[in-house]
Amino acid sequence: MKLAYWMYAGPAHIGTLRVSSSFKNVHAIMHAPIGDDYFNVMRSMLERDRNFTPVTISSVDRNVLARGSQEKVVNNITRKDTEETPDLIVLTPTCTSSILQEDLENFVQRAQLDAKGDVMLADVNHYRVNELQAADRTLEQIVQFYIAKARKQGHLPEGKTEKPSVNIIGISSLGFHNHHDCTELKRLMADLGIEVNEVIPEGASVHNLKNLPRAWFNLVPYREIGLMAARYLEQEFGMPYVDITPMGVVETARCIRKIQQVINAQGAEVDYEEYINNQTLYVSQAAWFSRSIDCQNLTGKKAVVFGDNTHAAAMTKILAREMGIHVVLAGTYCKYDEEWFREQVSEYCDEVLISDDNGAIGDAIARIEPSAIFGTQMERHVGKRLSIPCGVIAAPIHVQDFPIGYKPFLGYEGTNQMADLVYNSFTLGMEDHLLEIFGGHDTKEVITRGISADSDLGWNKEAQAELNKVPGFVRGKVKRNTEKFARERGFSEITLEVMYAAKEAVGA
Amino acid sequence: MTLAAPEPLNFECETGNYHTFCPISCVAWLYQKIEDSFFLVIGTKTCGYFLQNAMGVMIFAEPRYAMAELEEGDISAQLNDYEELKRLCLQIKRDRNPSVIVWIGTCTTEIIKMDLEGLAPKLEAELGIPIVTARANGLDYAFTQGEDTVLASMVHKCPDKAPVVEADKEERNAISKLLNFGRKKEEVVAEQSEYVDHPPLVLFGSLPDPVVTNLTLELKKQGIKVSGWLPAKRYTELPVIEEGYYVAGVNPFLSRTATTLMRRRKCKLIGAPFPIGPDGTRAWIEKICSVFGIEPKGLDEREAQIWENLEDYIKLIRGKSVFFMGDNLLEISLARFLIRCGMTCHEIGIPYMDKRYQAAELALLEKTCQEMGVPTPRIVEKPDNYNQIQRIKELKTDLVITGMAHANPLEARGINTKWSVEFTFAQIHGFTNARDILELATRPLRRNNNLKELGWEKLVKEEAKV
Repeated sequence: MKLAYWMYAGPAHIGTLRVSSSFKNVHAIMHAPIGDDYFNVMRSMLERDRNFTPVTISSVDRNVLARGSQEKVVNNITRKDTEETPDLIVLTPTCTSSILQEDLENFVQRAQLDAKGDVMLADVNHYRVNELQAADRTLEQIVQFYIAKARKQGHLPEGKTEKPSVNIIGISSLGFHNHHDCTELKRLMADLGIEVNEVIPEGASVHNLKNLPRAWFNLVPYREIGLMAARYLEQEFGMPYVDITPMGVVETARCIRKIQQVINAQGAEVDYEEYINNQTLYVSQAAWFSRSIDCQNLTGKKAVVFGDNTHAAAMTKILAREMGIHVVLAGTYCKYDEEWFREQVSEYCDEVLISDDNGAIGDAIARIEPSAIFGTQMERHVGKRLSIPCGVIAAPIHVQDFPIGYKPFLGYEGTNQMADLVYNSFTLGMEDHLLEIFGGHDTKEVITRGISADSDLGWNKEAQAELNKVPGFVRGKVKRNTEKFARERGFSEITLEVMYAAKEAVGA
Repeated sequence: MTLAAPEPLNFECETGNYHTFCPISCVAWLYQKIEDSFFLVIGTKTCGYFLQNAMGVMIFAEPRYAMAELEEGDISAQLNDYEELKRLCLQIKRDRNPSVIVWIGTCTTEIIKMDLEGLAPKLEAELGIPIVTARANGLDYAFTQGEDTVLASMVHKCPDKAPVVEADKEERNAISKLLNFGRKKEEVVAEQSEYVDHPPLVLFGSLPDPVVTNLTLELKKQGIKVSGWLPAKRYTELPVIEEGYYVAGVNPFLSRTATTLMRRRKCKLIGAPFPIGPDGTRAWIEKICSVFGIEPKGLDEREAQIWENLEDYIKLIRGKSVFFMGDNLLEISLARFLIRCGMTCHEIGIPYMDKRYQAAELALLEKTCQEMGVPTPRIVEKPDNYNQIQRIKELKTDLVITGMAHANPLEARGINTKWSVEFTFAQIHGFTNARDILELATRPLRRNNNLKELGWEKLVKEEAKV
């Protein structure tokens, strides 16, 4: 047992659901108790999805506990098959069903007899893997399944596309700025003259998975999701993959050079140096920003970085290498992939922290007292408590981290966004600091003296106490409305009764 | 509408494929309500992830709740439950020093049959902190029923004897009595005369403090004294419950608590509609008065006055239809109030329907439908969300009260929705808060009125589904 207040990566089934529901026309059925479909709320709220989340529960209740699921799961699968005619139904185990040890594979086989679509059991162990590992595994599993199916039916297309082409692997629902990153990557590929063969899983149809081998190579932008599928395709078809995250000017260039190497090896004969040079010096603003006076002022400022592997590693490099900021500590919660992270960031920071205990990171931030933090929502709140500005660079995230406007983290536009994020975090901190030194520009008292004429009304003890319970941001309004009400009716003292009467009258 | 024989309420039961919150969510409001408590949810990452996301910003405010996250060793019983829980509870005692630790049992503890009720007394003795256990799991319960399981367990911890009587106390506090003599006596006399002589009444249900004050005052106007409230602001202030006390519920989802109070503490339950909406509040007060043989004063004018103040909101919903998909058990009371406001209601979905505990509320619903001349709604227990959505599309309902999983997709299809969870967290009880219910219920209509001219109702391409 572990005492836990907060977790960075979710449980395994969330990963499976993120991948399955990213595909078009794939439905997931969770073998879970009522209330475990919170994923639907997150999709609907965070992503503001217009469509019903294709996830339902086959509920585990007392009857299931006593007698087993019997026909229930099979019925739920076949019912969903007729209602929505999905291409694929993914039966998703949860922590509850893991312990029940029902033979879910058997349910899948039985349901497959009646279902028109395909049925599959997500192969994840709840007590051994987290959200990210499960997502990676589920994506591989689905790819494998459809490659095998096509091969068996003899539908596997032969050969490569005529022009150089790429599969972008790992863009998923509820991923941090994934949609914007995807658009940016497509734009980048267009600039490089590379066709996008397939993007998976987001928006993809499972029918198209058989076309994956037609691409010249795979691009895996995020460390966490997609590598397993890419490695499978490499093993099966000898497809090379590029797993350099194009985040930051230097890494984007490195990613492009790697792509160049990979496709030239297949006879493309491209040279991207001119493009990289042009983008870096004149199109993206980030390189110029690094040279500008603004960025000079950031030199040697202390920062702490924490997040998932992809974003924390990339951010650490951007700060240290491209902006001259002193990264005191870089950390990740992806404990299972610790080695990779250490190798990536070791030369760019003083210490490395591998932990999924938010207390440990909070303590480290308090000890280091950086000028800015780049972390998750949790670090943002640590920052709030310590009055240190924080830029959010990784999940877990809130609804404000699903912006409507175009905000990629990857590619050349991504570098511009990063520059803004970094610069805004630091200046806000500087401004605060300056305001403190110069006593702020708070002239509120002088201005409002005339307006807020001292109240002629007395609030008795209970009413005052009640007023204090009203949340701060509406307290003023409640107070004004109540006093107005009391004055109009000639009460000289405000009691609880007067307060409630005022509320009833004006809806204060 | 012809006024033939009143239609009786029609109860149905569907598949139970519906979306709701897990009942462990009750820690979110209960830890705030009971200020000296600590809630330990014994479950898996799934439970933790749900709480973390559902509670949003509250998580960052150093909540007095935590997960005891079960690991593989716990599941396979390689680790000793008692030792593990002891280790965690000692840590909690050291860091937070609460007056009570509430263990929330989850689906996992049910399945692996962890004997929390058995472990608690032993650990309680060793630790010196009371431990309350509640099985608020998704196998058995939905959303607000979580509170019911916690309160039902707390009933057992309520003291069963009133503390030392006034006279003894006064003697012991001779000096302070001397100091305060004049003033104190006056207060006591004044206070006693305000109340009618009636047997002690304890109310149950967790409400925000302002609502508690409000309802207490409302009863005080009728000369009824509220001797205690379960839960109180602090665990150490749990009310005395003696045999023969009267109890009344303030929320429709508290049937286990009611049963426990009746069976285990020999209390008399006042079965009344719930004080939600001015009609409900009035019926609630009247029922309590009638039990104590009190003639209620001024309720007519009070209710009329509230309705008058609500008119601007009621105008917006009169004649419109509402559909409850069902997820928090407040549905019957809210539907009854909205029907009284002039709405029609096709369907009330509800996770679980206790016809005995809600009897008075159901009777009031039936009566309200009759008086307003509208058909009685069908009450669908354990609803099936997929079927409900087909019915909503067919009926072209004006307002759907639903969980967040369906709200945005329905809005995108031009259907007005109100997120049902807000009714759980908003202040909706008593005369004073009737306006807040309508503020919530009319918000989508008001918002969409503002956008009406734009022609942006349907924001998804029509599905070409057969």
